[in-house]
Amino acid sequence: MTTIADPKAPRPPKPRPARLTTRGNTELYGWVFMRASGVILLVLIFGHLFVNLVAGEGVSAIDFGFVAGKWASPFWQVWDLLMLWLAMIHGTNGVRTIINDYAERDGVRLALKASLYLAFVVVVVLGTLVIFTFDPCPSGSPADLLPSFCTA
Amino acid sequence: MWSWVAHRVTGVAIFFFLLVHVLDTSLVRISPEAYNDVIATYKNPIMGIGEAGLVAAIVFHAFNGIRIILVDFWAKGPKYQRVMLWVVMGLFVVTMAGFLPRHLMHVFGGE
Ligand code: HEM
Ligand code: HEM
Repeated sequence: MTTIADPKAPRPPKPRPARLTTRGNTELYGWVFMRASGVILLVLIFGHLFVNLVAGEGVSAIDFGFVAGKWASPFWQVWDLLMLWLAMIHGTNGVRTIINDYAERDGVRLALKASLYLAFVVVVVLGTLVIFTFDPCPSGSPADLLPSFCTA
Repeated sequence: MWSWVAHRVTGVAIFFFLLVHVLDTSLVRISPEAYNDVIATYKNPIMGIGEAGLVAAIVFHAFNGIRIILVDFWAKGPKYQRVMLWVVMGLFVVTMAGFLPRHLMHVFGGE
């Protein structure tokens, strides 16, 4: 006759996962963020592409004067700032998932993620500074390159 | 399955584009001449086609992303996920049909 083990018998320790990625609910918040930011990005990016590629003369109209004309308005400054931050967080988080999926070796994974986070910081800081310190009418520049409202 | 691969590939492609895009846009802080010179080198048919490809990647990623969200949050989402993939492809074709002629017109001259 076989005996069934006493349910209170000590259990073998749970096998530890081969590698620990996160603790707590961070992954869940990331998952929710990907969806929430995706919906907002759809509006922001489609708007960006429409104004810059479809409306008026499309791409052929883009030059310094075009950018200055847009960033003279706080509306487009806020639009671009939101787009910059949301797209960079969404994209960085997405690429992080992909690195976790394919880079098996610890060293490689670490190096890839370090470069990813470095690129994130550089691009977000640079992009934010550019929007906030932009001068549509830099002194000493030829007037024909500047937007028409720079006549002073 | 292929839609999942395409979603990944387009996501990564857009990400790398964005890195370069913020760098070139930052030239506006150096001088109007620096920005205009670099943008001028973009104004050729090859880049124009590249822009069309980028827009195609975004349009697919965006519509398919909405489909993923609906599969996750809408009670009937999983049941209709295949139908929604057809809707994504339909919307993709319609959007690109609206965009491409106008963009190519801007790129290849005319007005
Ligand atoms: C070929 C397509 C595109 C063209 C021609 C284009 C053009 C431009 C131009 C002219 C600006 C200067 C400011 C403005 O117009 O608002 C700009 C800024 C910006 N664009 Fe685009 N864009 C394109 C696609 C995209 C895409 C797909 C994204 C998002 C993934 C994006 C994200 C941004 C961001 C975040 C800024 C602000 C950069 C900063 O903070 O310095 N753009 N773009
Ligand atoms: C246009 C609006 C957008 C929508 C609606 C959208 C939606 C989504 C959704 C729902 C996911 C799935 C996340 C998951 O499975 O947990 C995702 C993944 C991803 N997205 Fe986006 N996204 C958009 C724009 C962007 C942009 C601008 C970038 C690049 C800067 C980007 C890069 C990625 C990447 C790299 C992934 C990871 C793919 C994977 O894990 O297989 N997305 N997106």
